Amino acid sequence: MPENDTADDAKRAAHRALVERILTGDGRASAEQRKRAFDDEGLVPPVSTLLGRITRTPVRIDEADLAVAGCSEDEVFELVICAAVGHSTRLYEAGLAALAEAITEEAPGHAS
Amino acid sequence: MRPDILNHGYRPGTKLMFAMIRLFSGQPLPDAAKLTFYRSDFYGNPAKEFTHEALRGPSDWSVGDRELMAAYVAKLNQSAFCIGAHTATASLAYQDGPRVTAILDDPESASIDEPLRATLRLLAKLIRDGRVDADDVREVLAAGVSPQQVKDALAVCAAFNTTSRLADAFGFELLSPKGYEAGAKYLLKRGYR
Repeated sequence: MPENDTADDAKRAAHRALVERILTGDGRASAEQRKRAFDDEGLVPPVSTLLGRITRTPVRIDEADLAVAGCSEDEVFELVICAAVGHSTRLYEAGLAALAEAITEEAPGHAS
Repeated sequence: MRPDILNHGYRPGTKLMFAMIRLFSGQPLPDAAKLTFYRSDFYGNPAKEFTHEALRGPSDWSVGDRELMAAYVAKLNQSAFCIGAHTATASLAYQDGPRVTAILDDPESASIDEPLRATLRLLAKLIRDGRVDADDVREVLAAGVSPQQVKDALAVCAAFNTTSRLADAFGFELLSPKGYEAGAKYLLKRGYR
Protein backbone atom coordinates (compact mmCIF):
# COMPACT_ATOMS: atom_id res chain seq x y z
CA MET A 1 0.00 0.00 0.00
CA PRO A 2 1.45 3.45 -0.87
CA GLU A 3 2.51 5.50 2.13
CA ASN A 4 -0.24 8.08 1.63
CA ASP A 5 -2.97 5.43 1.53
CA THR A 6 -1.77 4.35 4.94
CA ALA A 7 -1.72 7.97 6.06
CA ASP A 8 -5.28 8.42 4.85
CA ASP A 9 -6.31 5.38 6.86
CA ALA A 10 -4.71 6.94 9.93
CA LYS A 11 -6.62 10.20 9.44
CA ARG A 12 -9.93 8.45 8.87
CA ALA A 13 -9.29 6.07 11.75
CA ALA A 14 -8.50 8.95 14.10
CA HIS A 15 -11.68 10.71 13.03
CA ARG A 16 -13.76 7.58 13.48
CA ALA A 17 -12.25 7.06 16.95
CA LEU A 18 -13.28 10.61 17.93
CA VAL A 19 -16.83 10.08 16.66
CA GLU A 20 -17.13 6.71 18.34
CA ARG A 21 -15.88 8.07 21.66
CA ILE A 22 -18.25 11.00 21.89
CA LEU A 23 -21.25 8.97 20.74
CA THR A 24 -20.83 5.61 22.41
CA GLY A 25 -18.42 6.16 25.31
CA ASP A 26 -19.33 7.18 28.84
CA GLY A 27 -21.02 10.55 29.12
CA ARG A 28 -23.23 12.69 31.32
CA ALA A 29 -25.74 13.22 28.53
CA SER A 30 -27.47 10.07 27.31
CA ALA A 31 -26.11 8.34 24.23
CA GLU A 32 -29.46 9.05 22.56
CA GLN A 33 -29.17 12.79 23.24
CA ARG A 34 -25.59 12.84 21.99
CA LYS A 35 -26.58 11.06 18.78
CA ARG A 36 -29.41 13.51 18.20
CA ALA A 37 -27.03 16.44 18.76
CA PHE A 38 -24.51 14.87 16.37
CA ASP A 39 -27.18 14.33 13.70
CA ASP A 40 -28.81 17.74 14.32
CA GLU A 41 -32.24 16.21 14.42
CA GLY A 42 -34.79 14.98 16.91
CA LEU A 43 -34.00 17.48 19.67
CA VAL A 44 -36.60 19.88 21.03
CA PRO A 45 -36.26 23.45 22.41
CA PRO A 46 -34.42 24.77 24.29
CA VAL A 47 -31.64 22.28 23.55
CA SER A 48 -32.31 22.39 19.80
CA THR A 49 -32.18 26.20 19.92
CA LEU A 50 -28.77 26.13 21.57
CA LEU A 51 -27.30 23.49 19.30
CA GLY A 52 -28.81 25.04 16.17
CA ARG A 53 -26.48 27.96 16.74
CA ILE A 54 -23.42 25.70 16.61
CA THR A 55 -24.00 24.82 12.98
CA ARG A 56 -24.60 28.40 11.88
CA THR A 57 -21.87 30.85 10.93
CA PRO A 58 -20.81 32.77 12.85
CA VAL A 59 -21.53 30.79 15.99
CA ARG A 60 -23.05 33.06 18.60
CA ILE A 61 -23.95 31.75 22.04
CA ASP A 62 -24.69 33.82 25.11
CA GLU A 63 -25.28 33.11 28.78
CA ALA A 64 -28.99 32.63 28.26
CA ASP A 65 -28.35 29.96 25.65
CA LEU A 66 -26.19 28.02 28.05
CA ALA A 67 -28.72 28.20 30.83
CA VAL A 68 -30.59 25.40 29.15
CA ALA A 69 -33.33 24.11 31.37
CA GLY A 70 -32.72 20.58 32.55
CA CYS A 71 -29.12 20.32 31.33
CA SER A 72 -26.05 20.37 33.52
CA GLU A 73 -22.95 22.19 32.30
CA ASP A 74 -21.33 18.84 31.58
CA GLU A 75 -24.28 17.81 29.45
CA VAL A 76 -24.10 21.10 27.54
CA PHE A 77 -20.34 20.58 27.10
CA GLU A 78 -20.93 17.16 25.57
CA LEU A 79 -23.88 18.13 23.39
CA VAL A 80 -22.11 21.18 21.95
CA ILE A 81 -19.12 19.00 21.07
CA CYS A 82 -21.37 16.37 19.49
CA ALA A 83 -23.12 19.05 17.42
CA ALA A 84 -19.81 20.51 16.19
CA VAL A 85 -18.22 17.15 15.40
CA GLY A 86 -21.44 15.97 13.75
CA HIS A 87 -21.53 19.03 11.49
CA SER A 88 -17.88 18.53 10.55
CA THR A 89 -18.44 14.85 9.90
CA ARG A 90 -21.21 15.61 7.42
CA LEU A 91 -18.87 17.98 5.56
CA TYR A 92 -16.05 15.41 5.60
CA GLU A 93 -18.28 12.65 4.29
CA ALA A 94 -19.85 14.90 1.64
CA GLY A 95 -16.40 15.79 0.34
CA LEU A 96 -15.19 12.20 0.33
CA ALA A 97 -18.35 11.03 -1.45
CA ALA A 98 -17.89 13.68 -4.15
CA LEU A 99 -14.26 12.64 -4.57
CA ALA A 100 -15.21 8.97 -4.84
CA GLU A 101 -17.76 9.81 -7.53
CA ALA A 102 -15.26 11.97 -9.43
CA ILE A 103 -12.60 9.28 -9.35
CA THR A 104 -14.99 6.50 -10.33
CA GLU A 105 -16.27 8.41 -13.34
CA GLU A 106 -12.71 9.31 -14.38
CA ALA A 107 -11.80 5.63 -14.39
CA PRO A 108 -14.68 3.89 -16.24
CA GLY A 109 -12.82 0.61 -16.32
CA HIS A 110 -13.18 0.35 -12.55
CA ALA A 111 -16.17 -1.31 -10.98
CA SER A 112 -18.59 1.23 -9.58
CA MET B 1 -19.96 32.35 26.50
CA ARG B 2 -18.48 29.33 28.16
CA PRO B 3 -19.74 26.98 30.86
CA ASP B 4 -18.09 27.65 34.22
CA ILE B 5 -16.65 24.13 34.20
CA LEU B 6 -14.28 25.29 31.45
CA ASN B 7 -13.04 28.08 33.73
CA HIS B 8 -12.83 26.26 37.04
CA GLY B 9 -13.60 22.59 36.50
CA TYR B 10 -10.08 21.26 36.08
CA ARG B 11 -8.31 18.89 38.46
CA PRO B 12 -5.80 20.43 40.92
CA GLY B 13 -2.83 18.96 39.06
CA THR B 14 -4.08 20.39 35.79
CA LYS B 15 -4.61 23.82 37.36
CA LEU B 16 -1.06 23.70 38.68
CA MET B 17 0.22 22.84 35.20
CA PHE B 18 -1.67 25.80 33.73
CA ALA B 19 -0.07 28.06 36.34
CA MET B 20 3.41 26.69 35.63
CA ILE B 21 3.01 27.22 31.89
CA ARG B 22 1.97 30.81 32.51
CA LEU B 23 4.90 31.34 34.87
CA PHE B 24 7.59 29.94 32.62
CA SER B 25 6.29 31.01 29.21
CA GLY B 26 4.93 34.37 30.25
CA GLN B 27 1.75 33.53 28.34
CA PRO B 28 -1.49 31.96 29.52
CA LEU B 29 -2.33 28.58 28.05
CA PRO B 30 -4.75 29.31 25.19
CA ASP B 31 -8.36 28.25 25.73
CA ALA B 32 -8.07 25.90 22.75
CA ALA B 33 -5.49 23.91 24.69
CA LYS B 34 -7.35 24.20 28.00
CA LEU B 35 -10.47 22.72 26.43
CA THR B 36 -8.61 19.51 25.64
CA PHE B 37 -7.75 19.06 29.31
CA TYR B 38 -11.34 19.17 30.53
CA ARG B 39 -12.51 15.54 30.81
CA SER B 40 -9.85 14.78 28.24
CA ASP B 41 -11.04 11.23 27.72
CA PHE B 42 -14.31 12.52 26.25
CA TYR B 43 -13.07 14.97 23.63
CA GLY B 44 -9.53 16.25 24.18
CA ASN B 45 -7.54 13.08 23.67
CA PRO B 46 -9.27 11.73 20.54
CA ALA B 47 -9.61 15.24 19.09
CA LYS B 48 -5.89 15.95 19.53
CA GLU B 49 -5.05 12.65 17.83
CA PHE B 50 -7.25 13.43 14.82
CA THR B 51 -6.03 17.02 14.54
CA HIS B 52 -2.41 15.93 14.74
CA GLU B 53 -2.92 13.32 12.01
CA ALA B 54 -4.66 15.87 9.78
CA LEU B 55 -2.15 18.71 10.31
CA ARG B 56 1.10 16.85 10.94
CA GLY B 57 0.61 13.34 9.56
CA PRO B 58 2.15 12.31 6.22
CA SER B 59 0.80 14.36 3.31
CA ASP B 60 1.92 15.87 0.03
CA TRP B 61 0.67 19.19 1.41
CA SER B 62 3.28 20.99 3.48
CA VAL B 63 2.62 21.89 7.12
CA GLY B 64 2.35 25.52 6.01
CA ASP B 65 -0.25 24.62 3.39
CA ARG B 66 -2.34 22.74 5.95
CA GLU B 67 -2.07 25.51 8.55
CA LEU B 68 -3.17 27.92 5.83
CA MET B 69 -6.19 25.70 5.11
CA ALA B 70 -6.98 25.70 8.85
CA ALA B 71 -6.80 29.50 8.93
CA TYR B 72 -8.98 29.70 5.83
CA VAL B 73 -11.64 27.42 7.34
CA ALA B 74 -11.55 29.59 10.46
CA LYS B 75 -11.97 32.69 8.32
CA LEU B 76 -14.93 31.19 6.49
CA ASN B 77 -16.47 30.43 9.89
CA GLN B 78 -15.60 33.95 11.15
CA SER B 79 -13.84 32.48 14.18
CA ALA B 80 -11.53 35.21 15.44
CA PHE B 81 -9.50 33.03 17.83
CA CYS B 82 -8.73 30.38 15.19
CA ILE B 83 -8.02 32.96 12.49
CA GLY B 84 -5.40 34.51 14.76
CA ALA B 85 -3.87 31.22 15.86
CA HIS B 86 -3.55 29.62 12.43
CA THR B 87 -2.66 32.77 10.54
CA ALA B 88 0.28 33.05 12.94
CA THR B 89 1.18 29.38 12.52
CA ALA B 90 0.94 29.42 8.71
CA SER B 91 2.94 32.66 8.60
CA LEU B 92 5.69 31.15 10.71
CA ALA B 93 5.69 27.92 8.70
CA TYR B 94 5.96 29.77 5.38
CA GLN B 95 8.17 32.51 6.87
CA ASP B 96 5.93 34.90 4.95
CA GLY B 97 3.16 36.62 6.87
CA PRO B 98 2.16 39.09 4.12
CA ARG B 99 1.59 36.23 1.69
CA VAL B 100 -0.64 34.40 4.16
CA THR B 101 -2.64 37.56 4.81
CA ALA B 102 -3.06 38.15 1.07
CA ILE B 103 -4.24 34.59 0.45
CA LEU B 104 -6.75 34.72 3.32
CA ASP B 105 -8.05 38.07 2.09
CA ASP B 106 -8.63 36.83 -1.45
CA PRO B 107 -7.24 33.48 -2.61
CA GLU B 108 -8.49 34.15 -6.14
CA SER B 109 -6.17 37.11 -6.69
CA ALA B 110 -3.28 36.21 -4.38
CA SER B 111 0.05 34.84 -5.52
CA ILE B 112 -0.54 31.15 -4.93
CA ASP B 113 -0.03 27.84 -6.70
CA GLU B 114 -3.09 26.78 -8.67
CA PRO B 115 -3.52 23.42 -6.86
CA LEU B 116 -3.74 25.19 -3.49
CA ARG B 117 -6.05 27.89 -4.87
CA ALA B 118 -8.40 25.25 -6.32
CA THR B 119 -8.39 23.36 -3.02
CA LEU B 120 -9.24 26.46 -1.01
CA ARG B 121 -12.07 27.11 -3.46
CA LEU B 122 -13.41 23.60 -2.79
CA LEU B 123 -13.22 24.07 0.98
CA ALA B 124 -15.01 27.40 0.71
CA LYS B 125 -17.90 25.82 -1.17
CA LEU B 126 -18.07 22.93 1.28
CA ILE B 127 -18.21 25.24 4.29
CA ARG B 128 -20.65 27.70 2.75
CA ASP B 129 -23.03 25.24 1.06
CA GLY B 130 -22.54 22.19 3.24
CA ARG B 131 -21.93 20.10 0.14
CA VAL B 132 -19.81 19.73 -2.96
CA ASP B 133 -20.36 17.53 -6.00
CA ALA B 134 -18.17 15.48 -8.29
CA ASP B 135 -17.80 18.37 -10.76
CA ASP B 136 -16.37 20.55 -7.98
CA VAL B 137 -13.81 17.88 -7.17
CA ARG B 138 -12.98 17.32 -10.84
CA GLU B 139 -11.98 20.97 -11.11
CA VAL B 140 -9.57 20.47 -8.23
CA LEU B 141 -8.12 17.30 -9.74
CA ALA B 142 -7.74 19.10 -13.08
CA ALA B 143 -5.69 21.77 -11.31
CA GLY B 144 -3.12 19.12 -10.44
CA VAL B 145 -4.27 18.05 -6.98
CA SER B 146 -4.08 14.33 -6.32
CA PRO B 147 -7.06 12.42 -4.88
CA GLN B 148 -5.01 11.83 -1.74
CA GLN B 149 -4.39 15.56 -1.36
CA VAL B 150 -8.14 16.16 -1.64
CA LYS B 151 -8.68 13.67 1.18
CA ASP B 152 -5.99 15.32 3.27
CA ALA B 153 -7.52 18.76 2.77
CA LEU B 154 -10.95 17.44 3.75
CA ALA B 155 -9.45 16.06 6.97
CA VAL B 156 -7.99 19.49 7.80
CA CYS B 157 -11.36 21.04 7.04
CA ALA B 158 -13.15 18.59 9.34
CA ALA B 159 -10.71 19.18 12.20
CA PHE B 160 -10.86 22.97 12.00
CA ASN B 161 -14.52 23.29 11.28
CA THR B 162 -14.99 21.61 14.66
CA THR B 163 -12.35 23.63 16.46
CA SER B 164 -13.50 26.99 15.10
CA ARG B 165 -17.12 26.32 16.05
CA LEU B 166 -16.12 25.24 19.54
CA ALA B 167 -13.88 28.30 19.85
CA ASP B 168 -16.87 30.56 19.39
CA ALA B 169 -19.39 28.39 21.21
CA PHE B 170 -17.16 28.29 24.29
CA GLY B 171 -15.91 31.86 23.96
CA PHE B 172 -12.18 31.28 23.58
CA GLU B 173 -10.35 34.40 24.72
CA LEU B 174 -8.38 36.16 21.99
CA LEU B 175 -4.61 36.29 22.48
CA SER B 176 -2.14 39.11 22.13
CA PRO B 177 0.15 39.04 19.08
CA LYS B 178 2.86 37.65 21.38
CA GLY B 179 0.47 34.97 22.57
CA TYR B 180 -0.38 33.88 19.03
CA GLU B 181 3.31 33.90 18.12
CA ALA B 182 4.17 31.73 21.13
CA GLY B 183 1.35 29.35 20.23
CA ALA B 184 2.54 29.15 16.62
CA LYS B 185 6.06 28.25 17.72
CA TYR B 186 4.70 25.54 19.99
CA LEU B 187 2.42 24.07 17.30
CA LEU B 188 5.23 23.94 14.75
CA LYS B 189 7.59 22.33 17.22
CA ARG B 190 5.25 19.91 18.99
CA GLY B 191 2.12 19.58 16.88
CA TYR B 192 -1.29 18.92 18.38
CA ARG B 193 -0.82 15.84 20.55
